[in-house]
Amino acid sequence: MRTLTRHRLFWPIAALVALVVINTLSRPSFLSVTVNDGELYGSLIDILRNSAPLMLVGIGMTLVIATRGIDLSVGAIIAISGAVALSYIANSGSPESLVTVATGIGLGIGVSLVLGLWNGFLVSVIGIQPIIATLVLMLAGRGIAMLITQGQITTITSGPYDFIASGYVFGLPVPFYISVVAVVAAALLVRRTAFGVLLEAVGINPAASRLAGIKSRGIIWIVYGFSGLLAGAAGIIYSSNISAADANNAGLNVEVDAILAVVIGGTSLAGGKFMLSGTVIGVLIIQTLTATVTFLGVPPAVTPLFKAIVVIVVCLLQSPKVRQLLTKRRKPTPRAERTETVKVSAAA
Amino acid sequence: MSAPEVVVEVRDVSIEFPGVKALQHVGLSLRSGEVHSLMGENGAGKSTLIKALTGVYPVDSGTIIAHGVERDFSGTADAQAAGISTVYQEVNLCTNLTVGENVMLGHEVRGFWGINWSATHDAASIHLARLNLDVDPRSPLSAHSLAVQQLIAISRAMVINSSVLILDEPTSSLDRSEVEKLFDVMRSLRSDGVAILFVSHFLDQVYEISDRLTVLRNGELVGEYLPSELDRVSLVSKMLGREFSELESLGERVAHTERPEGVDPVLNVSGLARKGSVEPADLDLYPGEVVGLAGLLGSGRTELARALYGADRADAGRSFVNGREVRLTNPRDSVDQRIAFSSEDRRAEGIVGDLTIRENIALGVQAKRGWARPMTRQSQDELAQKYIAALNIRPANPEALIRNLSGGNQQKVLLARWLATAPQVLILDEPTRGIDVGAKAEIQKLVTQLATDGMAVLFISSELDEVVRLSQRICVLRDHRIVAEIENKEGITVDDVVALIAQGGDE
Repeated sequence: MRTLTRHRLFWPIAALVALVVINTLSRPSFLSVTVNDGELYGSLIDILRNSAPLMLVGIGMTLVIATRGIDLSVGAIIAISGAVALSYIANSGSPESLVTVATGIGLGIGVSLVLGLWNGFLVSVIGIQPIIATLVLMLAGRGIAMLITQGQITTITSGPYDFIASGYVFGLPVPFYISVVAVVAAALLVRRTAFGVLLEAVGINPAASRLAGIKSRGIIWIVYGFSGLLAGAAGIIYSSNISAADANNAGLNVEVDAILAVVIGGTSLAGGKFMLSGTVIGVLIIQTLTATVTFLGVPPAVTPLFKAIVVIVVCLLQSPKVRQLLTKRRKPTPRAERTETVKVSAAA
Repeated sequence: MSAPEVVVEVRDVSIEFPGVKALQHVGLSLRSGEVHSLMGENGAGKSTLIKALTGVYPVDSGTIIAHGVERDFSGTADAQAAGISTVYQEVNLCTNLTVGENVMLGHEVRGFWGINWSATHDAASIHLARLNLDVDPRSPLSAHSLAVQQLIAISRAMVINSSVLILDEPTSSLDRSEVEKLFDVMRSLRSDGVAILFVSHFLDQVYEISDRLTVLRNGELVGEYLPSELDRVSLVSKMLGREFSELESLGERVAHTERPEGVDPVLNVSGLARKGSVEPADLDLYPGEVVGLAGLLGSGRTELARALYGADRADAGRSFVNGREVRLTNPRDSVDQRIAFSSEDRRAEGIVGDLTIRENIALGVQAKRGWARPMTRQSQDELAQKYIAALNIRPANPEALIRNLSGGNQQKVLLARWLATAPQVLILDEPTRGIDVGAKAEIQKLVTQLATDGMAVLFISSELDEVVRLSQRICVLRDHRIVAEIENKEGITVDDVVALIAQGGDE
């Protein structure tokens, strides 16, 4: 039992299970999944579908955080990506054409990749602190999206574009597949190549990594580019969901949720070791929490408070110091202090 | 002369960490007005014992008695309240504050309007004067050398009128005259009745200052001795638990061999300079040769090596590898030319703490290959196994995190990281600093072996004895300049090198 509770993912998973139990108790239909025309429906399916944008952003954020960085611009990139894609499709005159939609998506994601690389340029080449470098785009990005949509909320009617967020393949929603593809792609990138270990080395000890001959500039650049790319894809899903590009509200505060998901998943904001699987759980916790709040009939304005409470509880449970208090073991582990302070301050 | 009063006594203390018995039934008595040296290899339990005394680690069993009262320290504040102060190896002061603020931190003189800074600085100068330190308390700490900072740290420790002062490797980065100054301070504190616990890897210093020795090995107490009844050879064999004959090769000097005619230098730099830290320098490194850099701390040894490697960018100079001109402006350039550099600051610039031994060893090769061409797990394992065996790395578990290793073993892993990249030039900056006698001997032997196998080695050490023993050629630095270069033939002694360091190269 002790080895089980000591597993790094134990408390995040426990929190997720607890949330599901609470939901089921208050509304027994929560767990039920119905089949309609070969497509699955139900609260759990909704959570899987709605978590896709946050999942993409969270994966990118995990890698950025592992380099001791942070990417605050993901929300703005979501807005820009949707604005670019929808403006192109709306102005093309053939919104139902597959080619048009594919080009629009390509443009949106391509622009996002460029923006991510811009962040990477500021951080790795110019040497600006990540929080400042990405703050620039966080603030400017919504203005850029506004310029692209000319201050309007661009709406389209396009079957192929709607399919991205609302479509079903083999009974499951399309966004779910996009999440899976993103997670698998990221996992292959970091664990099947040497990218993960070099990334961790740079995050743990940049000076030693430099002397060892690691080209950390390139690695940091790739990571921000990847984060931008994933945020762009998230922007496509988001705008497809509402068939509109809303420069003001698309991806609003998603950077905060993504950082929380990463922290809940057990990756330290101090950089270094990271856990993609933890982030996946973290994203599901946050999405389930959002759903829970709605089910319980809590006014949406109070939602952030509930999120904050869950986050602080999960972080406290993960903190070695608190665990010692709970289990009455006095022996300090050398690493305890660092991870603990970082996590609590991140959650506060 | 009756034995002085025991101020602090540790009785039968045991401390256990998951999987490690760090201390087993260890005892230690600190007497008023004595300097007591704690001796042992890395990993013998010295640091653990100190941390038990200062309240950092709780003890599992046994007692700590201070001033006749049994204490249960649950934090460093408890230990300080019992009159035990510690100065650690790394100076724990705030460089951005003034000297006075550092000395009085937490003990500022308060008045009606809050802290009275002028009274605080006055109090600080009284404390500094007690140690015969002529330092302006209003000057920023960063304006002073590491040695003075160390003395200021001691001054700070004595603000609370400690009866016990623990000095954990205070001399490891001080030069000879600075050590002398520190010893003066220690002697004056000793005559004031302070009990001093001293830890150092330098046997000369231990014998110079100590009144009593306690030896630990593998977390167990070997014994307490008077320096007069234990000579160096027996002390070292007690620390190692082996007979000295096994270590005799330690003292053996590498035979000087004439470089064969017609061999070209593998690395040649001319006019290498960096403003403020390296005066224009010329250096040739030949295959199969160990070149020692000798000089005082701050003479520019490290700076020269860093500029050579590209760790710090040189302003001027040309570099040639095997006769071809190359640009070595960053570490990566050098790695591509098969030049390796092991930094003097193992923790900050060497190890990647949260990675395993295997990952740390493979890192050099992997960095060279780039991320897109990963090493297979099997080849990583083979690499790790090979070097763990070859360099006798302990623990022999490739999956242990490197930050849990002792200094000597961390150094071996770093050497393994570089050796795995098959370098033709190896630059070692203080590879033996702060590591125990056994590991030191192994690393020295390795350096000799590598040169014999044809590698060019640039060897930097503060211990001249080591430089003289290992090098074929010695470059002496003073004031950021190479002032002399001598062939290390039979008959050259440490004294000759010291003379060169002192006079410079005006022959």
